[in-house]
Amino acid sequence: MGLLDKEFTDRNIVITKTEDLLNWARLSSLWQLTFGLACCAIEMMATSASHYDFDRFGVIPRPSPRQADVIIVSGTVTLKMASRVKRLYEQMPDPKYVISMGSCSNSGGPYWNYGYHVLKGVDRVIPVDVYVPGCPPRPEALLEGLLKLQEKIRHEKLAKQTA
Amino acid sequence: MKTPSEIFEILKNEFGEEVILGYHDELPVDLYIEVHPLSIHKVAKFLRDNEELKFDVLMLLSGVDDANGKKSKDENGYDVIEGGTLSVYYHLDSMQLKHKVVLRVATPRENPEVESVEKIWRAADWHEREAYDMFGIKFLNHHDLRRILMPDDWGERYPLRKDYHDPEYYNGMKVPY
Repeated sequence: MGLLDKEFTDRNIVITKTEDLLNWARLSSLWQLTFGLACCAIEMMATSASHYDFDRFGVIPRPSPRQADVIIVSGTVTLKMASRVKRLYEQMPDPKYVISMGSCSNSGGPYWNYGYHVLKGVDRVIPVDVYVPGCPPRPEALLEGLLKLQEKIRHEKLAKQTA
Repeated sequence: MKTPSEIFEILKNEFGEEVILGYHDELPVDLYIEVHPLSIHKVAKFLRDNEELKFDVLMLLSGVDDANGKKSKDENGYDVIEGGTLSVYYHLDSMQLKHKVVLRVATPRENPEVESVEKIWRAADWHEREAYDMFGIKFLNHHDLRRILMPDDWGERYPLRKDYHDPEYYNGMKVPY
């Protein structure tokens, strides 16, 4: 965004860094893996629907992890589901990102103490980029989470970081 | 239409006191008839097929941990219950005759075995699997008694028992917060 906002009416040439171009391309079409687990999924679907329109940020739900860039873990991750979440994450092609949506997926939420069946935070099985708090978060909160993720991608470096 | 006490009399005349163990009407809970766990399938079939009763719907089948055994703590400070009973409650309804009844069976905690009613009311199939999953109650002659909610490799742990505690790890994932 902000990179190619001028039209090529007078044969202008835009000069940019490869890094910026790639980052811009990545953050502008984050295809999400359709992955609803609980009530958060309802809010995620509302975010995808016409009123909040996730699509205007380039977020399109994909039915296969092999076509997805970001997985939005929206809901309660049970211990039984945890190994499946991990498997799906591993099937996604790099670069891949994770948004943890809602209290359950962040930390176990209301099940943190007495939930015998709940994984206390999806970050115990896959690395999380952005945590969206709420129970469930409103669509605005998820949009904010997505913008945070875009901000994170915008400042990624191609070169390997050396200490 | 019959009241639970009338149904109790009918059952007692049919099966005798070895099978129909008692009638409980202490409020505020539902009135219930206590049945022997290894004869519940015969009683259930009678309740369904008898012309005066016609209990055609099993509304609910639920397990309960009565926690009436000897309570103590193990070396790690976890609750342990020895002895006592686990029970299964059956809530029956007759759509045709518009009456209801509650049955209860109690079975020893160390070896909980109850006859299955899955062939009498098909609704019991998954309900019995859930009671098995959560309390470890074994339903004899159930055609497919597997866990229904917890993972198959969960082991001999029954989460709704009163002396249950979380394992430290499950498949390499830390379970407590």
